[in-house]
Amino acid sequence: MKPIKYILTGILFGIIMTKSEAVSWYRIQEMFRFQSIFMYGIIGTAVISGVILVAVIKRFRLKDTDGLPIQFSKKDKRWKKYLIGGSIFGMGWALTGACPGPIFVLLGQGYTVMLMVIAGALAGTILYGALRNRLPQ
Amino acid sequence: MITFLSQPWPWYVSGPAIALILAILLFSGKTFGFSANLSNICSMMGLGKRIDYFKFDWKKQQWNLLFLAGSVIGGYIAAHYLQSNQPISLSKSTIEDLKKMNIPFDGNMEPASIFNWSYLFTGRGLLLFLGGGFLIGFGTRYAGGCTSGHAISGLSALQLPSLIAVIGFFIGGLFTTFILFPFIFK
Repeated sequence: MKPIKYILTGILFGIIMTKSEAVSWYRIQEMFRFQSIFMYGIIGTAVISGVILVAVIKRFRLKDTDGLPIQFSKKDKRWKKYLIGGSIFGMGWALTGACPGPIFVLLGQGYTVMLMVIAGALAGTILYGALRNRLPQ
Repeated sequence: MITFLSQPWPWYVSGPAIALILAILLFSGKTFGFSANLSNICSMMGLGKRIDYFKFDWKKQQWNLLFLAGSVIGGYIAAHYLQSNQPISLSKSTIEDLKKMNIPFDGNMEPASIFNWSYLFTGRGLLLFLGGGFLIGFGTRYAGGCTSGHAISGLSALQLPSLIAVIGFFIGGLFTTFILFPFIFK
């Protein structure tokens, strides 16, 4: 593993997230109010590009840089966790205007209050880890 | 080049740029899923001793934690060296709606009236930041992914579970926007 490669990819991600304005609380409000194509355009073109990328990888059985075939693991089919977990996350996404990536990108931008969001997110993660077996999956 | 990058990016540039991150990670034999890092951090803190969910070898996920560190640096670089002076082109109706909730549009990416430490220590601030963060952590781990893992990686691989998760993201987001916000900001 080349550590620098992942740090550089992360830096690129941070720049893209900032310049795309996907880290903006205002933009997330605009999205959930369906008042602009902006965020839908970003997600839509990202997914269209991603679908083409994955199709090409599968069609030509492309390999990664270590020469291993690129695998796509099938997600398990139980649906409750996706719907319930997804809805809980969506509430937090609209409240903070940030999903997990942007939380850290915003911290880098100098919004130190994001440390509180990170603290909350870790607390939520720990509680989920503790309660997991008792929740509908 | 810097001036070119500093302009506001149109959405049709940003979307494919995000897919580029997916491509780099796939060709490195990895997956694009940011919220896995929340579990990685918990495992790194030694919580695996007490909670089975965190009992895994986080060192194998070190690459993702490095990606996280990079994203913080990337945010710093973009904010300090790649900013344009133009206000973001937020829709007029959003500006109007937020004004009704006493949240002024100031042209920045984040409302300066909310994203500061003195606001944090108000009831609303705690609910927004600490409460919001809690829901993000609990929800993404429950759903097994966030926007990157489900909306980008999952939908790109045409995974039905990811579509269900994304529908969930919107159910939750609409609930906050149209039910909670009028109540919180009345």
